[in-house]
Amino acid sequence: MTSFQPLDVVRKSATVTTAPPPKRDVEVAKLIDVSKCIGCKACQSACLEWNDLKEPVGTNVGVYDNPHDLTPNTWTLMRFTEWENPKSGNLEWLIRKDGCMHCEDPGCLKACPSPGAIVQYANGIVDFQKEHCIGCGYCEKGCPFNIPRISRIDNKAYKCSLCSDRLAIGQQPACAKACPTQAIMFGTKTEMIAQAEKNVGILKSRGFDKAGLYNPPGVGGTHVMYVLHHADQPNLYAGLADNPRISPLIEAWKGVSKYAGMAIIGATALFGALHYLVKGPNEVSGHDEAEAKRLAEGRK
Amino acid sequence: MSTQSDPGAPVKVRRYSGSARLNHWIMAISFVLLLLSGLSLFHPSLFFLSGFFGGGANVRWLHPWIGLVFATGFFLLFLRFLPANLPERTDFTWLGRIGHVLAGRDEYLPEVGKYNAGQKMVFWSQAILVPILLVTGFGLWTPGLEFAEQTFAFKATMDQKRLAALVHAIAAVTAIVIWIIHIYAAIWVRGTMGAMTRGTVTGGWGWRHHRRWLKDEVADGRVENKKPSPAE
Repeated sequence: MTSFQPLDVVRKSATVTTAPPPKRDVEVAKLIDVSKCIGCKACQSACLEWNDLKEPVGTNVGVYDNPHDLTPNTWTLMRFTEWENPKSGNLEWLIRKDGCMHCEDPGCLKACPSPGAIVQYANGIVDFQKEHCIGCGYCEKGCPFNIPRISRIDNKAYKCSLCSDRLAIGQQPACAKACPTQAIMFGTKTEMIAQAEKNVGILKSRGFDKAGLYNPPGVGGTHVMYVLHHADQPNLYAGLADNPRISPLIEAWKGVSKYAGMAIIGATALFGALHYLVKGPNEVSGHDEAEAKRLAEGRK
Repeated sequence: MSTQSDPGAPVKVRRYSGSARLNHWIMAISFVLLLLSGLSLFHPSLFFLSGFFGGGANVRWLHPWIGLVFATGFFLLFLRFLPANLPERTDFTWLGRIGHVLAGRDEYLPEVGKYNAGQKMVFWSQAILVPILLVTGFGLWTPGLEFAEQTFAFKATMDQKRLAALVHAIAAVTAIVIWIIHIYAAIWVRGTMGAMTRGTVTGGWGWRHHRRWLKDEVADGRVENKKPSPAE
């Protein structure tokens, strides 16, 4: 449940009617400086606590990732990567807080067949509306970051809401509030881009010459951005997409196949109707019946 | 309606047994349900169709099960009708005269057996599409994917699932187009519906549209040889 109002919605899943676009609010963004993260998982705990989620106790397989993947209850997850930098020979511990990126062009929203189950607010947040969700899993396929998870208990999709309920009453997201090192920052998108430039500058001065901001243009930019020390290789960070975009398969499925499919079905039905109007029914004549009768009676 | 030389009720010829009709109607009903539920998730303007099933969440779980009913029905029907649907030389002559077919000039068409080339094409296109829809449907169905993983240790990648969604949509549109043609042909060619409702057609229908089949039925003694009774 959020305190945002219908007029705050700029985009709605599976909705063809276009509402008058409300004025775009100031766009918000979360900025995660990966280099400042100490892997304490306070953000994960804060997320569980604020959203009242419980993750069952799992099994230890010798890695720090806990749980092993995002789940319907774990909307954000620290992913740990040990990487040997071939240039410096150093072992680098790359920790990335994974979760919804709140794309400007959201693949989940594009794929969703249920009207209003996924909305995008004027401030840029992409939010799932549980009461409209039908549990089909199309959002999982639409997402270029592999984020949404369907609960097998209530068959609804779950992911980070960017704490839209906290934002609506002027609070920052729970994870940002809990972060002890300010690796997670929150503000307007403009402020966060400016902040990122500062942080990138610091990293460059420390010798990370490839440091940069991850705000991928393939999805129109995101409302969760990373500062990466190796911005030239996002894939190092537990498989972060180098150049994310909505899959062309999804674009074809939700684009041309939908319109062409409807047109072809309509054209076939129309052809049938016209054929009937022009040609009339193909009727059996009395002559046919008489011939059949003669055949059946063995005359001929 | 029937004029000059009609000496009474037309000859009735049996075309489908009760079990064949039951098989067909199970498929017909499940296809319509699949069409309504599938289209409701295909285009936002058709989402209201999910109301027939009590909402989108019901469509999500019901559609795959109806699909399994349809696929099973088709498999049985495929085996049952396969012998009569094998391609033969006449089919190409028939297709070459498609203009006469559409104009309803059956007298210019070759004598055909139980099925003409058009009907065979409906049969074979569904024989290709149903397995495609079944496999891609499993790829879009959470319990189906879990079954595939447990039974065949097959775990679909996200791109495979995306491809499944696209192929499922294209195959479904094709199947619906063929279904429209199938229904229209049954309406347009008068006297056809009785084959599936009561199991019989008139002899004249057989003479006009499937003359070789009618001759075989008569030759094999499967058509009641009913001479007009003296009382008439």
